[in-house]
Amino acid sequence: MDHINLALGIIFQLCQSLLVVALAPLLTGWVGQCRAWLQNRTGPGLLQPYRTLHKLFLKDALLADNASPLFRVTPYILFGCMWLAAAIIPIIAIDLPFSQAADVIALVGVFALARVFIALAAMDIGTSFGSMGARREMLVSFLAEPALLMVFFASSLISHSTQLPHIVETFSHHAFVLYPSLAFASIAFLMILLAENARIPVDNPSTHLELTMIHEAMILEYSARHLALVEWAVSLKLFAYISIGIALFFPYGIAEVGNWGALPLAIVALLLKLTAAGAGLAGLETILAKMRIFRVPEFLGTAFLLAVLGLLIHFLLGA
Amino acid sequence: MNEISVLPIDVAGGIILLWIALGLIGLALQRSPSMICRLVFPLGAALALLLAATGLWALAETPNIAVLPLGLPDLPLHLRLDPLSAFFLILLGGTAFGVSLYSAGYFKTMAGGMLGLLSLEYHLFLASMALVILADDAYMFMVAWESMALSSYFLVTTDHKIPDIRRAGFLYLLIAHVGAIAILLSFGVMQAGHGIAAYTFDAMRATPLSSFWSSVAFLLALFGFGAKAGVLPMHVWLPEAHPAAPSPVSALMSGVMLKTAIYGFLRVTFDLLDVHLWWWGVLVLALGLLTAVFGVIFAAVQGDMKRLLAYSSIENIGLLLVGIGLTIIFHVYGKNALAALSLTATLYHSLNHAFFKSLLFIGTGSILHATGERNMGRLGGLIRRMPWVAVTLLIGVLSIAGLPPFNGFISEWLLLQAFLLSPGLPNTHINMLIPVAAAVIALAAALAAYVMVKFYGIIFLGQFREPGLADAHDAGWWERLGLVWLASACIVLGLAPVYVVQKLDFVTKMLLGQGLGNSTSGWLFVAPVDIERASYSPVYFLLAVLGVMSVTAWVVHHYYHGRVSRVPAWDCGFPAQTARMQDTAEGFGQPIRRLFEPFFKIEREMPSPFDVHPRYHGQSDDKIWFFLYLPIKLMVQSLSSWTSLIQHGRIHVYLLYTFVTLIVLLAFV
Repeated sequence: MDHINLALGIIFQLCQSLLVVALAPLLTGWVGQCRAWLQNRTGPGLLQPYRTLHKLFLKDALLADNASPLFRVTPYILFGCMWLAAAIIPIIAIDLPFSQAADVIALVGVFALARVFIALAAMDIGTSFGSMGARREMLVSFLAEPALLMVFFASSLISHSTQLPHIVETFSHHAFVLYPSLAFASIAFLMILLAENARIPVDNPSTHLELTMIHEAMILEYSARHLALVEWAVSLKLFAYISIGIALFFPYGIAEVGNWGALPLAIVALLLKLTAAGAGLAGLETILAKMRIFRVPEFLGTAFLLAVLGLLIHFLLGA
Repeated sequence: MNEISVLPIDVAGGIILLWIALGLIGLALQRSPSMICRLVFPLGAALALLLAATGLWALAETPNIAVLPLGLPDLPLHLRLDPLSAFFLILLGGTAFGVSLYSAGYFKTMAGGMLGLLSLEYHLFLASMALVILADDAYMFMVAWESMALSSYFLVTTDHKIPDIRRAGFLYLLIAHVGAIAILLSFGVMQAGHGIAAYTFDAMRATPLSSFWSSVAFLLALFGFGAKAGVLPMHVWLPEAHPAAPSPVSALMSGVMLKTAIYGFLRVTFDLLDVHLWWWGVLVLALGLLTAVFGVIFAAVQGDMKRLLAYSSIENIGLLLVGIGLTIIFHVYGKNALAALSLTATLYHSLNHAFFKSLLFIGTGSILHATGERNMGRLGGLIRRMPWVAVTLLIGVLSIAGLPPFNGFISEWLLLQAFLLSPGLPNTHINMLIPVAAAVIALAAALAAYVMVKFYGIIFLGQFREPGLADAHDAGWWERLGLVWLASACIVLGLAPVYVVQKLDFVTKMLLGQGLGNSTSGWLFVAPVDIERASYSPVYFLLAVLGVMSVTAWVVHHYYHGRVSRVPAWDCGFPAQTARMQDTAEGFGQPIRRLFEPFFKIEREMPSPFDVHPRYHGQSDDKIWFFLYLPIKLMVQSLSSWTSLIQHGRIHVYLLYTFVTLIVLLAFV
């Protein structure tokens, strides 16, 4: 019985991996479409990211004269890391065998690995915008990363585990119990999500003004398939972050261990949650204004303090 | 029947003697520098590898003891090889192997006479570090400790004709000796007035001390070993001495010598003292956090690559102290499984830091040889000219930034797990300190990534900042061997944590009576407590990322195409790109300097918009130097000027003093 469950788990793991990589651009398309609607535009439609990816893959790649192998290999590393991150977060069923290889601390490490590589690749060509983007990205991340870790710590302390399946299992059983520490953590997480995915108010994903760019400044030199992989990885990153939010704060409806019959319902629940999250993100981005780069540390410092406060509350109240 | 059994300690002793002999041979061979490079250093490297193997062998053995027929009358020298010493011998041997191989290539351009001396000091330095680790009495320990300090002083001042280097060497020697006095006093307290017979460590273990005297001994040891390790506020010598020394020497000092201080501190705290108090742990934890944050913030604003690495060493020493502090706290409250976890994290991180920091330091040596430049603002683009150095250093940079699946991540992971398991300590104040400490550790680790992106990006990536860099040459073969050895060690330590943790169990069992034991699950997963709580498998992780990468590459190239053409950089259509438009080292660190302004003493010289020859100058200094060290220096100066009132340098005045003293003494008798 155990073997059958393990085999089913592995099959399911593969299915979820394929599902996230296929769905991620759709989520990005949905957020873009919602933004367009909120701005009284028609919008390009839900499938626009797929069309863009296809177009980019068809084009010939242009590389700067002095680009090193590091620059060429980075899109693949980025894509691999983000796919791995999105694949190990339990959003449909709790049973994900690969989650044992990388717990939440390793998940933060995966994001950090991808970030360091993209920052290095941005500095590789030696343009002024590239190194500016790398510097700003590292500035944003050195506060966002520990804050994310603290959010994970708050949930790990409640569930006595750093493994995502166990965390989600604990939370999905305790239906609608409000943990004070998690309340702080969830606000912090929302702020981190905005910052780490280069969304307004920290960065603007659709900016055309180089001097305000953070993420876009780093990938200015990429083209064709390299750019396509970077864009896809960015979609996967957004998908992974929203998945983390769902897994930590709204796991209800997820299929329990061994209960494969609950899968269809779980998939419907997931789609509803993703739709709501994407619309919410677009709404937030519409009502917020982008802030100056030197206000960003204050914003993220607040997120970090909130997360630490959540942790402290757990240590004091035990909840 | 006449079986001669060789013990690990005999082998280790033999290696130490051979190292000293090799040093002397090097001195004798000073007429032929090429012989020193091709013979003495590679042989020294082989001995180092043998020492590491001996350590590995001794880890599982019962402690070996040797009493040498040397020393003062009635004070023979004692050596002892137990699991703790064995672990640090592995660290020493493994690191020294790579650094010695590298030195064989690095020093080949040095003049013969200087090289002979250097090889003597180098091998004496290695031998004395091994003796520090093996010493089993206070006398032996102090002799080895002092010869380590002296030999490294002479190594630091190799280029003694430069006044700045002499100054750096003096500062190092001064702080080393202030620390040594504290260590000596600490041993004196532990000897507890039992006379000369109690100078062995065995006697100290057997001497029960009251908690007051234990605390005195502990604080003295913390001060003494902290001075050597670079703990705040005794860190000032590190950023001066490391850039001054030749790169292989900086590698050994930062990678291994700082760890001998950690070794000594562990030896005193967990082996020699049997009373432990909770506030010791809190003190060490707080000092460690301060040191870590201070080190990494200062590393972020440095322009000199070796100074940057020196500050990063300070940060890592801080992390080690945090681990030790946690261990003490858990040990005091009887949670020995957790204590074993945080001690394992500490030891693992010592090993990791030894390898990646030596790797980075010898890498800077190759860059220095190829370009003659330590200032990162004049480097850039070297990945195109020095691929061997660039690739090995990339591994080092990823390791030190604590990224999976490299080795730095695992020790960080273990340490964070220890924090996560800590709730439920009976002391509310500590319970509140722990989450704040975890947050600070996470912040320091994230800043370390910032520092390392700066280090690697400014030196190796982008355009050549100076025209001469286009002719930079890659490292030679010996140097490549050293670089590759240390880089592979980082990878292996990152991929085989289960094996390492099992070996570390011998040390934690010896110090705390408990190891992590069989809580690891299989050879692929590290799971310090149990697999339900936390697990991590670097091998699967690496396979998954590599698998996805290669499948993606294949799919993209197969279903689309792999066409690529080379064009000038785009840069938003800006045509006049020059190398000076890239971030400098100062520019990259500017956000950190702005955010953490209160930490620095900043001097800025801003040109006005109307200057004909605008000149920008900015300098960030360490406030501690001005608040702590300068007042001490002024005090010493004024004290010595007081003594000049009675010191006239005339013989009859001194005779008068002697006469008066005798009269006064006679009056008492």
